[in-house]
Amino acid sequence: MAHSGINVLFEGRNLIRLFGGLWTTVEIAAVALVLGLILGVILGVLRTFPNRLLRLVLRLYLEFFRIVPTVVLLFLFYYILPKQLGVNMPANQVATLVFALWTAAEMSDIVRGALISVPKHQRESGMAIGLNRLQLYRYVLIPQAVSLELPATINLVTRVIKTTSLLMLISVMDVINVGQQVVEANNQKYPTGVFWVYGIIFVMYFAIDYPLSWWAKRMDKKRLERANG
Amino acid sequence: MAKQVIKVEHLEKYYQKDHILHDINFSIDQGEVVALLGPSGSGKSTLIRCLNGLEPYQNGTVTFNGDQVVPTEKNWQKLRQKIGMVFQSYDLFPNLTVLDNILLGPVKVQKQSRETAKAAAEKLLDQVGLREYENVYPRQLSGGQKQRIAIVRALALNPELMLFDEVTASLDPEMVRGVLNIISKLAQDSDMTMIVVTHEMNFAQQIADRVLFLEDGKILEQTKGDQFFKQPQTDRAKEFLESMDF
Repeated sequence: MAHSGINVLFEGRNLIRLFGGLWTTVEIAAVALVLGLILGVILGVLRTFPNRLLRLVLRLYLEFFRIVPTVVLLFLFYYILPKQLGVNMPANQVATLVFALWTAAEMSDIVRGALISVPKHQRESGMAIGLNRLQLYRYVLIPQAVSLELPATINLVTRVIKTTSLLMLISVMDVINVGQQVVEANNQKYPTGVFWVYGIIFVMYFAIDYPLSWWAKRMDKKRLERANG
Repeated sequence: MAKQVIKVEHLEKYYQKDHILHDINFSIDQGEVVALLGPSGSGKSTLIRCLNGLEPYQNGTVTFNGDQVVPTEKNWQKLRQKIGMVFQSYDLFPNLTVLDNILLGPVKVQKQSRETAKAAAEKLLDQVGLREYENVYPRQLSGGQKQRIAIVRALALNPELMLFDEVTASLDPEMVRGVLNIISKLAQDSDMTMIVVTHEMNFAQQIADRVLFLEDGKILEQTKGDQFFKQPQTDRAKEFLESMDF
C-alpha cells in the first residue's frame, strides 16, 4: 500500500492547505450571506410597498442577478470593475461582493413572497389598531413572514455555499483551487490522487450543506404540522 | 343634546367603474347604537370600512368629533385609535400571545407604559371571562374566544366609536351568543357609540337604537330600532325581514 492514493492527503502540508482553502470558501460565503441576507430583507420589504418605480427598479435588479449566470457575474465584476471603473479589489472581495449582491437579489424575492402571503386580514387588523407602516411590518408582517420564508432561506444558503466552487475561475484560492494545485503537484507520485482530493472536497461540502438542508426540511415539516394541527 | 360623534355627507365610492356607495348621509350621536342591515352585497361592509379609512372613497366627507377628516393615510392612522374595528375573521396576530395582541396598540401606538396598559387589559379580559388565557397563543383558542379577544384588543385603545363588521358571521352557532352578549353589555354599561353590521336580526333588534337599511349601495331607510322591526317604512325592508325569518 506504499502508493495508495489516499496518502496524497497526508503528503507534506496538503491536508492543511485544503482546510485553508475551505476556510477561504467559508469566509467568503459567510460574509456574503450575512450582508446579502440583511440587504435582501430590506429590498424584499421595499418590494411590497406601493411605489411602482421603486418596485420596478428592484425587480430589474432581481432579474439581472437571477438571469445572468454566476460565472458571468464573477467575470463581469472581476474584469470590468478595475478596467472601466478603476476599482481595484482583491479577488476575494470581488467574490464576496458578487455573492452578497446575488444573495440579496434572491432573498428579496423570498421575503417579498412571504410578506404578500401573510393574509390581508392581518394587515388590516394591524392597521385597525393604529399601527403605522413601520410598526405593521415590525410587529405583524415580518414575524409571520419569517416562519414562512425560513426553509427557502436555508436552501438559498446551501446554494450559495455550493456555488462558491466557481470562485477558482477568478483565481480565489478556495478549496477547489487548492485541490487542483495539490492534484497537479502530486500527479507523478499519486496517479489516483485526484480521486482522493476531490473525494475529501466532496465530504467537506457535504458536511456543511447537508445539515442545513436537513434543518430546512425539518422546519418545513414542523411548520406544516403547526398549520394543520 | 348629545354630542355628535360621526357624520357622513354625500359619500360616494367606486371600485373602478362600479358604483358601490351612492350619496350616503347619516350622523351618529354619542352613545347611539346603529345597526347597518341589508342583503349581501349591499355595501354594508364597504361603508363601515370607509369610516376608518380602510377603504378610500371618491367623494363626500366624513366628520369625526366635529372635525372633517382629511383622508390621508397618516390622518386615518391617528384616527383609528379612536375608531375601533372588529372584523368577521377574528384576526389575532398568531405570533403574539393574547396579552401581547391586546397591548400592541396601547403600548406601541399610544406609548402607554406596559404596566398601565396591562392592568387595563386584564380588567377587560376579566369582563369577557378570558383572564386566564392571557399568556396563551391564539391558535389555542376557539373561534368565539378569539373574537372576544379581538374585541378586547380594539377596546384597549379606549375608542370613542366601535365598528363591528359581521363579527359573528364565521363563528359556530354556539359561540355566537357569548360574543353578542359582550357587545350588548358594551352598549348598555359603557354607553359606547357603535355601528354594527350583522345578519343576526334578533340581536339587531335588541341592541339597535336606529337601523340604516342599505340596498345596492343606497340607504333606503333610517328608522328607529324598535320601529324598524315592527313596521319598516319600505316594502324592500319588509321583504328583507321576512326573508330572514324574522
